[in-house]
Amino acid sequence: MSGPGAEWDAALAEGRFLIQQPLGGGAAVFPPRAFAPGTGAELEWVEASGLGTVYSATWIQRKPPEPPYNVVLVDLAEGARMMGCVEGVTPETLHIGMAVKARIIAGETPIIVFDPVEQADG
Amino acid sequence: MGDTFPRGRVAVAGAATFGVGEMPGHSTIEMAGKAVQLALADAAINLAEVDGLFIALPDDLFAGLSLAQYLGLHPRFTDNNRAGGASFMSHLVTACMMLDAGYLDCAVIAYGANQRSSGGKLSTPARPDRWDAPYHPMYPLSFYALAAARHMHQYGTTREELASVAVAARLWANTNPEAFAKGPLTIEDVIASRLISSPIRARDCCLVTDGAAAMVLTRTPRAKDGPQPLVPILGAAAATWYNSVTQADDITVTAAAESGPRAMAMAGLTPGQIDTVQLYDAFTINTILFLEDLGFCAKGEGGQFVASGAISPCGSLPVNTNGGGLSCCHPGMYGMFAMVEAVRQMRGTAANQIAGAQTALAHGNGGTLSAQATVIFGNAETV
Repeated sequence: MSGPGAEWDAALAEGRFLIQQPLGGGAAVFPPRAFAPGTGAELEWVEASGLGTVYSATWIQRKPPEPPYNVVLVDLAEGARMMGCVEGVTPETLHIGMAVKARIIAGETPIIVFDPVEQADG
Repeated sequence: MGDTFPRGRVAVAGAATFGVGEMPGHSTIEMAGKAVQLALADAAINLAEVDGLFIALPDDLFAGLSLAQYLGLHPRFTDNNRAGGASFMSHLVTACMMLDAGYLDCAVIAYGANQRSSGGKLSTPARPDRWDAPYHPMYPLSFYALAAARHMHQYGTTREELASVAVAARLWANTNPEAFAKGPLTIEDVIASRLISSPIRARDCCLVTDGAAAMVLTRTPRAKDGPQPLVPILGAAAATWYNSVTQADDITVTAAAESGPRAMAMAGLTPGQIDTVQLYDAFTINTILFLEDLGFCAKGEGGQFVASGAISPCGSLPVNTNGGGLSCCHPGMYGMFAMVEAVRQMRGTAANQIAGAQTALAHGNGGTLSAQATVIFGNAETV
């Protein structure tokens, strides 16, 4: 039987982004745990909506001509926070508070990246 | 219960630095060993009297064992707590409790690093965890950048305000013979320096130097009989909230908001009664965060506070009077140097001595704004 980290990896390899939710309610948990941090409550796996908001962002500079790349913290709609990156943005367009949605890039080591979400209200 | 501390019953009998700046040709244990020798001489205590060893080294997981071997001692206790740059304040907590309880009679806290001479890069075995690593953040720099970016967003902190921290540190360093980085430094210089991980630029970052430091702690009556002015320890608290700061509830609030008030409660002091502050300024944002969290200004007002000149020479709150990690020295885990500067201020022997200072706060930071520890030192008038 695998630990929660390996279970999460296995789901991601199948193209599923899982997070954990305490039985009886409360904010979602990420990274995966064997029990809810702080309370010890039992956790269950749920599909993440993938929706989130950029909480903070940094652009890491590289030697030209390599362009800078971003690293962000995303507050997931379910309540947990994770590190990530946002694709298709520039230092001018990426901003704290930006709505984003997760996408899984499949491969030998699949990874979750985020795309900006078009705001209906513009 | 909890937080019972032997206020003033343990004191700093000896303190020393060694090889601050550049000390080529030395291993980390050689650096630390030399600092221990100097601190014991400072205290006029024989090596054989040491019965407790507290140490963290960058490159040795068994540093407590190595130090016992190097010094040729059979200590009653060793502690290799590795809370990053806050390790040594944590060591001090344990040492104070053990000395007061009579388990130990003479404790040594030591650190040494040769990261400048050994390659000039910040050498740490620490890495981002498996959840952060896939996104290739610079460790630890990008984690501080994320805190700085959020602080600017949340409170309107400006690039110029961040830069003023580096300028204040340089002003202090310019009159400290031990400081490594000297010379003029302006707000414009900082803002024009190379962008690394936005908003952090090269001059927002601490130095990469060599350096070692050690302190000798005994119960206060013994320290009183020694050759140095008495520096009693009035309070000390460590707070650990996570390892990766990505897990902070609010990335602009650090565990210093816990360690500071706890240490001050033990000392029976409020922020307004602290005469000088020595804190771990790995990056300019640290000084702003810690001054807010320790209660020297309101949350969100740290930028304006530092830009007002309050922390500079002749300011209302002398901060990092040696030049700090930004301009004095930064061998990798700066905590020991903050404490030694606080001790020098309490003895009246600091290069930039604050006239009449009777209390000094030293604050350590470990991990990525993760572990925080605060120590309050006094002088003979405070016990």
